[in-house]
Amino acid sequence: MENVTKDIGNALLSKFTDALIQQELILDFPTFTVKKESILAVLAFLYDFELYQFKFMTSLCGVHYPDNPIEKEFCVVYQLHDMVKNQRIRLKVFTSEKHIEVPSVTSLFSTANWLERETYDFFGIKFTGHPNLTKILNMEDQPYFPLRKQYQLEDETREDKDDSKFGR
Amino acid sequence: MSEKDIIERNINITKAPEGIEGAGFFATSLDQVVGLARKNSIWPLPFATSCCGIEFMATMASHYDLARFGSERLSFSPRQADLLMVMGTISKKLAPVVKQVYLQMAEPRWVLAMGACASSGGIFDTYSVLQGIDRIIPVDVYVPGCPPRPEQVIDGILRVQELVGKESLRRRNSPEYTELLASYGIE
Amino acid sequence: MNATEIEKNRSELEAKGYTILNLGPTHPATHGIFQNILTMDGDIIIDAVPTVGYIHRAFEKLAERRAFYQITTITDRMNYCSSPINNFGWHMTMEKLLGIEVPKRAQYLRVILMELARIADHLICNSVIGVDTGALSGFLYVFQEREKIYEIYEEICGARLTTNIGRIGGLERDFSPKAWEKIHTFVDTVPRALDEFATLLSRNRIFMDRTVGAGPISAERALNYGFTGPNLRATGVDYDVRVASPYSSYEDFEFDIPIGENGDTYDRFMVRQEEMYQSLSIIKQAIAKLPSGPIHADVPEIYLPPKEDVYNNMEALIYQFKIVMGESNVPVGEVYHSVEGGNGELGFYLISDGGRTPFRLSLRRPCFIYYQAYTEMIKGAMLSDAILTLSSMNVIAGELDA
Repeated sequence: MENVTKDIGNALLSKFTDALIQQELILDFPTFTVKKESILAVLAFLYDFELYQFKFMTSLCGVHYPDNPIEKEFCVVYQLHDMVKNQRIRLKVFTSEKHIEVPSVTSLFSTANWLERETYDFFGIKFTGHPNLTKILNMEDQPYFPLRKQYQLEDETREDKDDSKFGR
Repeated sequence: MSEKDIIERNINITKAPEGIEGAGFFATSLDQVVGLARKNSIWPLPFATSCCGIEFMATMASHYDLARFGSERLSFSPRQADLLMVMGTISKKLAPVVKQVYLQMAEPRWVLAMGACASSGGIFDTYSVLQGIDRIIPVDVYVPGCPPRPEQVIDGILRVQELVGKESLRRRNSPEYTELLASYGIE
Repeated sequence: MNATEIEKNRSELEAKGYTILNLGPTHPATHGIFQNILTMDGDIIIDAVPTVGYIHRAFEKLAERRAFYQITTITDRMNYCSSPINNFGWHMTMEKLLGIEVPKRAQYLRVILMELARIADHLICNSVIGVDTGALSGFLYVFQEREKIYEIYEEICGARLTTNIGRIGGLERDFSPKAWEKIHTFVDTVPRALDEFATLLSRNRIFMDRTVGAGPISAERALNYGFTGPNLRATGVDYDVRVASPYSSYEDFEFDIPIGENGDTYDRFMVRQEEMYQSLSIIKQAIAKLPSGPIHADVPEIYLPPKEDVYNNMEALIYQFKIVMGESNVPVGEVYHSVEGGNGELGFYLISDGGRTPFRLSLRRPCFIYYQAYTEMIKGAMLSDAILTLSSMNVIAGELDA
């Protein structure tokens, strides 16, 4: 696995001058942090890379790190899979709340369409270039982005459950 | 075994209501007869959303067979249904749909909330789940469980049958009923 | 187009002679709650706008509040037709994070339960395809077999549908003799029932006329959309997580992966039909090769100690208290683990920050990912074909919305 990480890391460093920020191996899973502006180019490069062709996107999700420095508060995690050589990698992109736009990868992977809508719905991360960026799972008039850490799980307005009796 | 023995042993006939019997006539009150007819032919509207829907499918299948209690025809059209069975979690996005389906049903109509999620929100005390359908429509019978066993569902249907059989014919026009509906915002 | 655009252009569309039909959230043929607003030219579908989220229960937010062993109950309710697979997928994710090695006997028993769950899921899907074409008898025959599977679950864990089966580190108890009796009866009698069901539909002229060519998708488009599972195998790609990245000793068993050709409804039906026979073969192999040994790993910090020890031994009492309160020590890290669910690759991406609950749990739900392609699959088809395509894709609403 270290060879895989090194090979892909070196290829990314040579092809893109400053896109790759960090590479590491977390529990045997090669993970690369890249700059958000170059994510689409990096994914297109990895799609037809000579050593591994990552033509299958397994998942896309967002994460909110409220304790991180401001420019790395939100993260989008992409997981890719090369089915022929059975190799998986993970790509991460960090962004701040003020400039929360991230380029959309729907043009390359059709599966990212709803996954990006779900990430927008939960965290408010806007994907530029997405064909239809609207809320998908929550109601249209939901005023906040629920999976951000500052919001409660329960609905604040419910009156039939007494929080003091639930130990909260 | 004579034919009379076979008939007496194998057929269960529902009990007739109390009344005055004579040669060629039987006199009883209208609401008892109407109740008897209604309770043994309830047509449910299965509003199945999640896991409880699969247990309902098991109840309708041949092993537990809800059809022997009169619910042979499942009606998916609200106009033709008597009993709205809400099975599964109702989220706030789906709440207006449930209310609309309830309003489209013709009187007399009954509601059965199957499962913990329909009764009170269940284990999902979250921002997107309606904490029980009795926040929006009046409910007659609650069947707890997550999901309830088919035997519990059949018990719930039998309770509904009891309610249906004993209901007065004037109940739907009474001021108490109008007040009940008004408390849910239904005219 | 989305729903608001259709409203705006409604008069324009109707002037062209198109009808706007709302295949609404509650519909007898959509097994689950999802809405499609169809633009139709007579009986042919021009465009479809799906709306999902009608049973959004916020599993990912709920998981951030619950201790690790309490999350098993919410994984049950994702694909509720085959809950053991979801449960064991979550347990295996935690075992990967904690570095626990589960003993062989427990792995083989897990395989038996997961394959039973797969048979249960495919039985529902195939019989419901029959119901949508009008053939109700298959559904009634097949649910009798599902009752047998429910009885086996009940013997082992006490529940029929939402099983919460197993523990992190193994299983909670070994199978009782009654459970083994029921499993042996099941394995002996089910092939005949599956054959009976197959004679009703597999080579039935009417069924084939309705399903061959309905809702096709090509292998390239399917891979681009992220399809996995029987829907992908029906297009000809033989990707199965059990073979590609084996987990829980699947590499010890020999089984075939059935694939289709055209990716239409008939191929999806036949792939599921054949997979049930393969699952039965795996169960038989697991029973024959079952080793003896412990049914859980020796991890007292995660696996509850036996009750006799809790009442007599101080250390066991402390472990019991810590585990139930959710104060187990979990390392910081990220892990992704996937299992082959009834509908495809079910993945769990867990980020842990060392606390008592997950920092972020992201669920890779196959139904959510392949339902996106529904619009493309039904363009140009008739309405009845669209209904059949939907039921053959086996979209389970609990997994779609999570």
